[in-house]
Amino acid sequence: MNTPYNTDLPPDLRALKEEIEGYARSYGLDFYETIFEVLDAEDLNEVAAYGGFPTRYPHWSFGMSFEQLKKGYDYGLSKIYEMVINNDPCYAYLMRCNHTLDQKLVMAHVYGHCDFFKNNAYFAHTSRKMMDEMANHGSRLRRYVEKQGEDEVEAFVDRCMSIDDLIDVHACAIRRRDDSSRYDFAPESEEDESLKLTRFKSKAYMNDYINPRGALKAEEEERKKLKDQAARNFPERPEKDVLLFVIEHAPLKPWQRDVLSIIRDEALYFAPQGQTKILNEGWASYWHSTIMTQKGLHPSEVIDYADHHSGTMATHGARLNPYKLGIELLRDIEHRWNTGKFGKEYDDCDDLQTRRKWDRQLGLGRQKIFEVRRIHNDITFIDTFLTPEFCVEHKMFSYAFQEQMGQYVIESREFEKIKQRLLYSLTNFGKPLIYVVDGNYHNRGELLLRHEHSGVDLRLDQAADTLANLQFVWSRPVHLQTVVDEKPTLLSFDGSEHTNKTLGEADDPKRNGPAKTR
Amino acid sequence: MGQKIERDHQRFRKLVRGKVKSNLGKYISRGEMIGQKGKELISIPLPQIEIPQFRFGDKGSSGAGQGDGDVGTPLGPPQPGDGSSGAGSEPGGHILEVELSLEELAAILGEELALPRIEPRGKKNIISTKDRYTGVRQAGPESLRHFKRTFKRALKRQIASQTYDPLRPMVVPIREDKQYRSWKEVRKPESVAVVIYMMDVSGSMTDEQKEIVRIEAFWIDTWIKAHYKGIEAAYIIHDAAAQLVDEHTFYHTRESGGTKISSAYELADKLITARYPPDQWNIYAFHFSDGDNWGDDVQHCLELLNQKLLPKVNLFGYGQVESRYGSGEFYEYLQELVAQKENIVASRIPDRDAILGSIKEFLGKGR
Repeated sequence: MNTPYNTDLPPDLRALKEEIEGYARSYGLDFYETIFEVLDAEDLNEVAAYGGFPTRYPHWSFGMSFEQLKKGYDYGLSKIYEMVINNDPCYAYLMRCNHTLDQKLVMAHVYGHCDFFKNNAYFAHTSRKMMDEMANHGSRLRRYVEKQGEDEVEAFVDRCMSIDDLIDVHACAIRRRDDSSRYDFAPESEEDESLKLTRFKSKAYMNDYINPRGALKAEEEERKKLKDQAARNFPERPEKDVLLFVIEHAPLKPWQRDVLSIIRDEALYFAPQGQTKILNEGWASYWHSTIMTQKGLHPSEVIDYADHHSGTMATHGARLNPYKLGIELLRDIEHRWNTGKFGKEYDDCDDLQTRRKWDRQLGLGRQKIFEVRRIHNDITFIDTFLTPEFCVEHKMFSYAFQEQMGQYVIESREFEKIKQRLLYSLTNFGKPLIYVVDGNYHNRGELLLRHEHSGVDLRLDQAADTLANLQFVWSRPVHLQTVVDEKPTLLSFDGSEHTNKTLGEADDPKRNGPAKTR
Repeated sequence: MGQKIERDHQRFRKLVRGKVKSNLGKYISRGEMIGQKGKELISIPLPQIEIPQFRFGDKGSSGAGQGDGDVGTPLGPPQPGDGSSGAGSEPGGHILEVELSLEELAAILGEELALPRIEPRGKKNIISTKDRYTGVRQAGPESLRHFKRTFKRALKRQIASQTYDPLRPMVVPIREDKQYRSWKEVRKPESVAVVIYMMDVSGSMTDEQKEIVRIEAFWIDTWIKAHYKGIEAAYIIHDAAAQLVDEHTFYHTRESGGTKISSAYELADKLITARYPPDQWNIYAFHFSDGDNWGDDVQHCLELLNQKLLPKVNLFGYGQVESRYGSGEFYEYLQELVAQKENIVASRIPDRDAILGSIKEFLGKGR
């Protein structure tokens, strides 16, 4: 990479790197070549503000994160220890002024991440040349800025960022439909095979009785209706990838379409890191702890190491710390598979004493956690491996918002409840599920979205603004079906006015739907 | 290349300032100045622009946590939804608040309000700084390049290195030859000024009103201090009688009793005569009250103002808060004077949201 910073790795750190890399490989970690770059605090803050990509496109929001990071650092409130980029080769940044021990710890941690990036299934689709792609995105966007003017492009990027979470993270793995082409005008075949009606075999004179005309007619009509319905639904099935739908169907200028797809690409690239926060950090922490305590530590460094490690693992208030949760759960799994505390026989055992002393000397722990890091994300990880014993041991609880008190209170310490709450907070990154239901609503090219309501209302002020941004991109009125105070509600924005209509069952928008596709 | 983030950062600052107009109003009205206990520092949130997205509201939201406590124990303030993304970067916990110096805050305030900088008049003692181009240096923006010196140096170098051909007199400066103008900050002593704050602390002023007055006085104070160096301030509180107090007392006293505005004006006049003769000082006076005055006193006040105070001060500001008990007449009485004289401003402050507008009215005169 052509970097403007002075990033030379001094010889002492290079020696350290080789040492730690050797340990990591000896444990069976498997990673891309990892390039460590040493940066001063200011430069590190800058790189961090850009999400690790110094060549990223210009936008004020990076300036905002920079200010946060810089003030945090300047006032001694926070400090970035390390940063790793999922890329081939992996880039990792070290802070120049960190102590040697910290650098060692960070390196061990980084190799954990690198191994995870390379081997976890959820990262399989991500581009490993993102460094270059980000630079391309940057230069494309800069070109648009030169052509269209800074204000125009910025305003558009702002709007895109407002809807950049409306993607389908699983789209890379599941092919939900064929790529639609805007130039695909295949004529519909009139003689459709599926329109053949069910006729029972019969003698000619019995025909009218065995296949009565009325029934045939009814069936034919039913078929037709279904077919019409299918043709009318646009998209055919509710579409989670709102961004893609907009890219494909909104009347955008070419540069706008490109900007929107840049935003979507980057959102998809970053998505797995959100999907695997607990597991990824847990895995990296597990390995820095293993490598350091078993091989890397010099006796004189033990106290400092313990101090920094516990700092990372500390829980702040009631907040779950993904590092802590991840590493403890991984250790728990390793222990359970080493001793054989799993499977039907163990689950069926009711005797507490036996359960506690259970040890089959299987020694499968290490193997199991390598498997976990390959196939799991946070949701499946928690769903599969969180146990009641674990929750008790780590004093976990679930909390809920209490309206009268206006704050969160501890709701329960029951395993089922905790697990449910935790999984819920991880689902779709803790964001509402929004689908495109109709791209030709009212047969007027309007966009209808649906919020899959699951008990929690949207923040209406933000929803209105977001809708306005989406409307600008879509350029026709947009609507969002949601639930407000237990009443189905349609939020709409037509370009100048917000309306907020409570829906009765009577005017179900589906029923007075359009007859033609656009 | 470090300028890359610099540009994004500048852009952000500009947006914040453009945007803060509305937000700052809210911010000031929240009365966060009370949180200012130390000498010079105040704790304010980092400026942030939140891009709207479809998000969950608080109601009905939930999650899982870790730690001690029985079922039903409150967890403290609502926790922001953890939107975790961002390239495996790991800033150690998010910062919510950060300290900002009062000077910085006042500068922002001045820009948000689009206040003119008050131009100090003549005289001595107040220090101001000015940039003056005095020398050259090796680095700088191209717009400041010293053309003649640069080419002179290039020529010297070419002659010395024998690359100069007199037959084809071409001089090409390279990076080392370039010279740029550089400047120095020159400190210049300027005029002297004093600000006299007067506040009605009588019984008819409720706590809320006193609060509004304090907030407004505090911000005016902060802003003026930021623009003048070596400025003096005097604080007067009054009910039926006036007294000269220090800054701390001014912001913290709660008195009660009747109201005689003239007492404060008399004291101010005495103070000016004794300590701040108007031929040597720029005098700014601000008076805050609920406009409820002792009946006979009004005429006396107007006389005092018209004959004694107004001729001496650069600006007299009267801010009136709305009171449930007070009649609020004083504002009306003043209107006549306001129409006649240039250097008096009267402003109404019905509630906290009006503070920002009122400050603007006071300082907008630019006297």
